[in-house]
Amino acid sequence: MSAQNRIPSGIDYLPPLFQVIRNADRCIDCNVCVKQCANGVHVRDAQTGRLSTVDELCVDCQRCVCFCPTHALQICEAPNRYRPNANWTPQIMRGSYKQAGTGGVLLSSMGNPNEQTVYWDKLLINASQVTNPSIDPLREPMETRCYLGRRPTSVMRDANGAIDTSLPPHLELAMPMLFSAMSYGSISLNAHKVLARAARELGIYYNTGEGGLHQDLYEYGENTITQVASGRFGVFKGYLEAGAAIEVKIGQGAKPGIGGHLPGAKIVGDISRTRMVPEGSDAISPAPHHDIYSIEDLRQLVMGLKAATDGRKPVIVKVAAVHNIAAIASGIARSGADIIAIDGLRGGTGAAPTMIRDNVGIPIELALAAVDSRLRAEGIRNDVSLLVGGSIRCSADVVKAIALGADACYVGTAALLAMGCHLCRNCHSGRCNWGIATQQPELVKRLNVDQGVERLVKLMRAWNSEVMEFMGGMGINSIEALRGNRLMLRGVDLNESELEILGISYAGR
Amino acid sequence: MREDLARAGLLEGQVRIPAGCAIAAIVATDGKPMSGHDIITSMEPMRERSSGLGGGFAGYGIYPKYADCFAFHFFFDSRDSRKTTEAYLEQGCEVVNRELIPIRKMARITDEPLIWRYVIKPHRSVLSRLQLDENEYVVRLVMHINTSIDGAYVFSCGKNMGIFKAVGYPEDVGRYYRLEEYEAYQWTAHGRYPTNTPGWWGGAHPFGLLDWSVVHNGEISSYDANRRFIEMFGYRCTLQTDTEVITYIADYLLRRQKLSLQETAHVMAAPFWSTIEHLDMRDPEGARKRAELAYLRKVFPSLLVTGPFSIILGFNGGCMALNDRLKLRSLVAAHKGNRVFIASEEAAIRAIEPDARDIFAPAGGVPYIVRVDGVEGGLA
Repeated sequence: MSAQNRIPSGIDYLPPLFQVIRNADRCIDCNVCVKQCANGVHVRDAQTGRLSTVDELCVDCQRCVCFCPTHALQICEAPNRYRPNANWTPQIMRGSYKQAGTGGVLLSSMGNPNEQTVYWDKLLINASQVTNPSIDPLREPMETRCYLGRRPTSVMRDANGAIDTSLPPHLELAMPMLFSAMSYGSISLNAHKVLARAARELGIYYNTGEGGLHQDLYEYGENTITQVASGRFGVFKGYLEAGAAIEVKIGQGAKPGIGGHLPGAKIVGDISRTRMVPEGSDAISPAPHHDIYSIEDLRQLVMGLKAATDGRKPVIVKVAAVHNIAAIASGIARSGADIIAIDGLRGGTGAAPTMIRDNVGIPIELALAAVDSRLRAEGIRNDVSLLVGGSIRCSADVVKAIALGADACYVGTAALLAMGCHLCRNCHSGRCNWGIATQQPELVKRLNVDQGVERLVKLMRAWNSEVMEFMGGMGINSIEALRGNRLMLRGVDLNESELEILGISYAGR
Repeated sequence: MREDLARAGLLEGQVRIPAGCAIAAIVATDGKPMSGHDIITSMEPMRERSSGLGGGFAGYGIYPKYADCFAFHFFFDSRDSRKTTEAYLEQGCEVVNRELIPIRKMARITDEPLIWRYVIKPHRSVLSRLQLDENEYVVRLVMHINTSIDGAYVFSCGKNMGIFKAVGYPEDVGRYYRLEEYEAYQWTAHGRYPTNTPGWWGGAHPFGLLDWSVVHNGEISSYDANRRFIEMFGYRCTLQTDTEVITYIADYLLRRQKLSLQETAHVMAAPFWSTIEHLDMRDPEGARKRAELAYLRKVFPSLLVTGPFSIILGFNGGCMALNDRLKLRSLVAAHKGNRVFIASEEAAIRAIEPDARDIFAPAGGVPYIVRVDGVEGGLA
């Protein structure tokens, strides 16, 4: 066993969360599990040749379960437990033990897994009966294409009375979904290739995140959104010009108010080159943009980015959903930004301090509803487009988000699931057995790019088909007639304040 | 009954009430006046399409004596609400004439409110102080009265035109208002089959704003998307009906954005992207058309109206008939001599003009525009 895998004992000991169960009748001793587990859970004893497991190292990524040819493996919750206590939950106790041992900040990956109100699940969608007809998407045209960008407030004409059809730059999406920011570094180059190629095939976009754009991916520029975050990693003129749009990342739903952190161990080779950060040094984004301490500073950056690209790229400003989000969004709408992106409390991450992830920010559903209502109250909703993410899990979430007022949805975690992610939430370890959130070459190559693209394209097309079915049921044949159409939603299990913020009626009303 | 409905939250405006309907229009393209007789007759064969819960008419060219003034038609609940409204009107307008709208009592029309006509002219000094043109001023005046003065409702506010409506079958409503005594070059009509008991006269159609009047048959699925967009621009959808929001969309696009009727139709019943992309880019006209259609869809996406609808938008000087782009509601047109007929059913046209010619059904999303010679000063 390597040093890294040594299990402490005594006061430092953390009992395993999972138990790996091997069915001896099925096991054929093929060694696949040993080879597949980068965490060293499956061990063959050098002397006896017998297979055993080190449950403490298991992260429940399901890699061995999926690849065991005889399905001899199962991962279960470990039966050991602390004495039940509704206040001192096992997670909190475990966190205390860890911190007492290390003195460090607790880290987590992926979106907040705690039981929280998922408002999407409290919203129900309408359908036509009798008074107007539902529309069959298999037989009638059904439009899910949408455009993101600024719109003029009045129609201009030339001297002959013809409409001046010039418009600010727009993003054209074949379906109302796009892939949210995941940096090269936090995920592998193969994962980025999957996103880029799938985006091209689907007629949508992926987002570089804050790690710059790998040289090999410049050819997918037309389907790329290049992100500019507080660390400015990998940002130069060529990078800004390479994509279809530029996103200024102010905040992220999983860690509002703090910057990203990619450990020096991951800053190797191409990642160092792409990020423009010396090998081995930590890439730590500052918490704020140090040139944006106020809303007028944001305007200067937005205008600066537009000037750098001759006004040819729409600029997105991405913020985390926080308490004052409606006013913040209103300020952004007036900053010259073309698109506002809002990331909710349950949004994903490659690594975030656990306490921040689980306690800072507000749910995306409420943030979206509040922002859409505020922009309408101020008469500026049509000027800008609104993107939401964190977290959009399925086509029903997309339909509900659009009916609440979004133009389109950022999809992150679901795209990773298509590549094999099983949500073990250990991205920060860098030992992703599925080849996604890792930079270890032998793990990265496990993610077959062609297969990943195929699966991701299928997933998004399936969602789009479902979106069309929902629309047809409502008698709507164009996505723009669904946008902000809150009458198509009703709520259950919601209190008066929630209904008021969401701008919907209780089911039955 | 109205009180019961109000308590239950079911009154028009408190709840959204979809409705099926009959619509019709007669236009004398030479501008020759016609009494209301024919349009009433035209609605009779379509009785099955109404349920006696709402009928109404709009006549154009009926007030030549006051052609420069706005003719406000009011429903008042009480003398107090009328007095409050009158005081409010007089703050910014000259009231040129005020009278009860003449009616004919009949057993089938009951629960009538006080029905008044005020002919008004906004004071110039007020307009210049507010930096508004008279149309915008009148729109704001109407929005204020209808949302803020209890028991007062403006249901017609155009120049040289008027809307007449009530709870009842359309042919009864026409006779109730003695429409045979009015002379118009254009009439439109509506019979309503609401899926509820609205019980309030304000909920009947046509719906009007300035000289726009809309009669509509259908239930639009885009309603709330349209409503929430249009309410950004000062409109208040107090009735929660399709017709109301469609009227505001027409006013916004035609009067405020100064789009043509054709362009307005391309926003409300936009061609599918596949149709737009089918236009030949090598042909300069095709390329221009394509750029224009794409522009209108991109700039006004939230004014696309989906779901079944057939509408007749009336204005001074003509009308536009328009169907949803899938043509989910019937609408036919025909003509004879200088008269053009539009109706939900051919029977409505045959009832008054058995020899009407060239009967045709305008395609979904393709506007059918009728213009009256020599009538100017309208908004379209």
